[in-house]
Amino acid sequence: MAYSDKVIEHYQNPHNVGSFGSSKEVQARKDVGVGIVGAPECGDVMQLHIQVSDAGVIQDAKFKCFGCGSAIASSSLATEWIKGKTVDEALAIKNTEIVEELSLPPVKIHCSVLAEDSIRAAIEDWKKKNGHATAVDTHAAHAH
Amino acid sequence: MNKPRPLYLDNAATTRCDPRVVEVMLPYLTEAYGNSGSRNHAFGWEAEEAVEKAREQAAALIGANSKEIIFTSGATESNNLAIKGAAHMYAKNPEGQTGRGHIITALHEHKAVLDPCKRLQKEGFDVTYLQPPADGVITVDMVAKEIRPDTILVSIMWANNEIGTINEIPAIGKLCHDKEIIFHSDGTQWVGKMPTDVERDNIDLLSWSGHKMYGPKGVGALYVRRRKPRVRLEAIFDGGGQERGMRSGTLNISGIAGFGKACELCQHEMQSEGERLLKFRNRLETELAKAIEVTQVNGNASKRVPNITNISFGFVEGESLLMGIKDIACSSGSACTSASLEPSYVLKSLGVGDELAHSSLRLSMSRWTTDKEIEYTIASITKAVLHLRKMSPLYDLFKEGVDISKIQWQTH
Repeated sequence: MAYSDKVIEHYQNPHNVGSFGSSKEVQARKDVGVGIVGAPECGDVMQLHIQVSDAGVIQDAKFKCFGCGSAIASSSLATEWIKGKTVDEALAIKNTEIVEELSLPPVKIHCSVLAEDSIRAAIEDWKKKNGHATAVDTHAAHAH
Repeated sequence: MNKPRPLYLDNAATTRCDPRVVEVMLPYLTEAYGNSGSRNHAFGWEAEEAVEKAREQAAALIGANSKEIIFTSGATESNNLAIKGAAHMYAKNPEGQTGRGHIITALHEHKAVLDPCKRLQKEGFDVTYLQPPADGVITVDMVAKEIRPDTILVSIMWANNEIGTINEIPAIGKLCHDKEIIFHSDGTQWVGKMPTDVERDNIDLLSWSGHKMYGPKGVGALYVRRRKPRVRLEAIFDGGGQERGMRSGTLNISGIAGFGKACELCQHEMQSEGERLLKFRNRLETELAKAIEVTQVNGNASKRVPNITNISFGFVEGESLLMGIKDIACSSGSACTSASLEPSYVLKSLGVGDELAHSSLRLSMSRWTTDKEIEYTIASITKAVLHLRKMSPLYDLFKEGVDISKIQWQTH
C-alpha cells in the first residue's frame, strides 16, 4: 500500500509523542484526561493524554500509539489539532476531517475513528475527574 | 523499474528466476515454439523432447519415476487436483449424498489446501482440521488419533509457508500406507530446498511450484504415485487429455523447460545453499534477540527449513514496522491492511497471542542473499523497532509491569 506523504511525515517525525506520567500518576492528576482506545488484538491501541486548564482549554497533548502508520499519523495529527482548543471545540473534530487531511484510503478509516474516539475518551476522563456532566455514548454515530 | 530496489527477503512469497533457468526457457518462446501434442512434425517433437527432459529433472529431484510427474500451473492447481481429484475418485458414496469419506488436514495449511477441503465439505465429505501445537509441528500421533474407518485422504504440508516448520511427513506417510489411506503433501516450501525421496518418505501425492525454487511463475508439478499403491485422480480440466488425462490443456513448454532446469539446479545446489541459509537464519535470530527485548521466534526452534524465519517483536505493530524498514521487502503477519483486522491465521492457530501475531515479520532468504544484507537487515529492524517502541503505549505498560492480556480493552 502506498502511503500519502503526510502519513509518512507523521510516521517519521511524529508530533507530541509521550505522556504526562505513568498510568498511576496521570490517574491522580485532575488536570490530565486520559483516553486509551482500541485493543492489541485489533492491531491498534491509541493513548492520548491531555492537559486541560480550569477554563477547559487543552494546553498540551501527548500520544502513544501501537498501530499501523496511518494510526500513528492520525493520533499525531489529533494532538496537533486539539492543542489550544477548548474541550467543546475538540469534541467537534470529526474523523472525516482526519481522513481528508491525511488522504487515508477506505481500509484505514478505522484509524481516524480511533483518533476521534481517543479525543472523546480523554475529554470524558477529564470531565469525570472534575465533576462536569459527561456525554454517555462516546461511540455515537460511528459506523464500524 | 529503474528506481533503487529494496533488498529482497520475501523469497517464501516468490523467488527471482535464476538466469540459468531463463536461458533454457527462451528458445521455446521464439524458435522451438511447437506444441508437444503435435506428433507429426519436428516442431512438436522438439517441444515434446523439452517436456520429457523436464519431467526427468523434476522426477530426479524427488526420487520419482518421470511417468509420475504431472505438470500444472503451480502448487495451487496441484493441490486442488490432488485433493479434489483423490476425494472424488475414492468417495464412499456418490455425488449428492453425505458420508462420502473423511479427510484429515491441519488448520495452518495454505489456503490452497484449506479451501478445496472446505468445498469438499459442502459436497458431503467430512474434514478434520488438526489443531497444531504451539511449536507448529504436526506429528504422526496427532494424525493417528483422528483416523477413522472411512478416512480416505490425509493432506499435510511438508513445511509451513509462514513459519517454516517441518511436519513429520515420512512417519505420517508410513501411517497412511499401513492404513491404506492416500497421502498428499503440499511441498511448496520444501521441495528443492531439502532432500526429498517419495519412496523413502512414503508420499502418494506431492505438490510443488516453480517460482518458489528459482523457476518461472505459472508452472508447477504434482507427483502421482503409480505403484504401491497406484493412485488415481479424477481430473478437474476436461479437454485434450494431456498429462495422462489428468490435466488437459496445451503444455507451457518454455515454463516447463525452465521448471525442469530449476529442479536440476536445486538438486545440485541445495546442500551447500542450505548450510549458508541456516547460518544467515541463525544470525538474524540471535542478533535480533540480543538487540531487542521481547522478541519471539515463532515455530519449533530446530524443525524448520533454513530459509524462513518468523519473528514477533512485542509491542510494535507489524505494518508500521514494515514502514520503518521500507527498503527491505518482506511480509508481516499483521492484517492491518485487510478489512477483517484479523492477524495471521497461521500464528493464531499456534496460539500466538494476538498482539504478538500483529507484531510479526517473516523474513525469507534465497541463494542470492548476502552477509551484508543480513547485517543491514538486523540494523534496520533494530532501529525501526526502537523508534516504534518509543511511541508504543503497550511497551510503557510492559515497563510498568502491567500484564497486557489482563486489561479490559475496548474492542471494536
